[in-house]
Amino acid sequence: MNGTWHLLTILVTAVFTSNILLTNYLGMCSFLAVSKEVKTSLGLGTAVVFVMAVTCPLNWMINAWVLEPLHLDYLRFIVFIVVIAAFVQVLEMIIERVSETLYANLGIFLPLITVNCAILGAALFMIIRKYTLAESFLYGAGSGLGWALAILAMAGIRQEKVNQSKLPRGLEGPGIALVVAGIMALAFMGFSGMGGGN
Amino acid sequence: MKGKTAKVFLANLGVDNPVFVQILGICSTLAVTNVVKNTLVMCLGLIFTTALSSWTVSVLRRWIPSRTRMMVEVMIIAGYVIVVDIVLRAFQPEVSRQLGPYVGLIITNCIVMGRAEAFALSNRPWLSLVDGAAAGVGYSYVLLLIAIVRELMGSGTVWGIRVLGAWWTNWSIMVMAPGAFFVLALFIWLIRAKVLKQPGAGKGAGQ
Repeated sequence: MNGTWHLLTILVTAVFTSNILLTNYLGMCSFLAVSKEVKTSLGLGTAVVFVMAVTCPLNWMINAWVLEPLHLDYLRFIVFIVVIAAFVQVLEMIIERVSETLYANLGIFLPLITVNCAILGAALFMIIRKYTLAESFLYGAGSGLGWALAILAMAGIRQEKVNQSKLPRGLEGPGIALVVAGIMALAFMGFSGMGGGN
Repeated sequence: MKGKTAKVFLANLGVDNPVFVQILGICSTLAVTNVVKNTLVMCLGLIFTTALSSWTVSVLRRWIPSRTRMMVEVMIIAGYVIVVDIVLRAFQPEVSRQLGPYVGLIITNCIVMGRAEAFALSNRPWLSLVDGAAAGVGYSYVLLLIAIVRELMGSGTVWGIRVLGAWWTNWSIMVMAPGAFFVLALFIWLIRAKVLKQPGAGKGAGQ
């Protein structure tokens, strides 16, 4: 029972308390660029959740079963990024074949994902924190969900409020987006009582 | 030739600055700027990586097939980042531990990739080296300014040396995540409103 509780804590922590975007600042580039509309944010968010939930355990397996036994740890960066890029490429091809609607909704975001630092960042965090395979899967999925949650909230705020407001010169675009992100980060810090911090 | 080199260099510091004009490389801008020393180490690593990977991409540009060029660029960048990581772990183990995954994340720092794609693929090696280094320097001075503000207000110190007296109450928010967002937002606002006169806001955000 204790083990299950521990796994659940990792998931919840990754989604809320140590949200990969708002506390580790990963994936900011696409976060600022794509969060103008709710619909596109939802597409990108879904793609990120899926890719992270798969590549985290995948990279864990490669790291634990191939790189560490062969003492090739120093190649970790290059291997991880290649795994992520290759997975995204394959996924794009599969989606293109299987479903046209899915491709139209999701496929266009896939190239953006290779350069999303949240994906590589989560893989590196999982190694630093010495997670097990199950923990890495939940951490990857949780981080993806947390990222998607943050970008959706941001898109909602931008679409409903920011785009209609008259802003001082120079603050439009990325400036105001960062202020909103800062306030969101403050709000997410309120979760830190749960799950025992980071 | 000389004039062009200087022009490329200056553009990256001002009108084409990667951080406050193109809004690239924001992740590490926010993540490592709570302590000045870590920021400087990170900046040196980034300058090294952008300069040399731009140079390498430019040297190889005739042989890189355009369909797989992103992969090739990522591999080149990752190679240099591994060098940075190993050097850091050997000579600055403490800083390396504090920076954690952010050294590895230089690979996905959009500035490095952006310069390779936008400049190195269509320019000569020497000019690409200068451009890469300049993008790194343009990124670095913005980061150092932000780091100085954050460390000063968050801990009352700069480079670990106490600057503000005992009367100063630390704004702990400054060293935490929200402070990073607010300082960068204010910085971008100030630069865009006062220094850059053309209304280019927002267009650079499309990475």
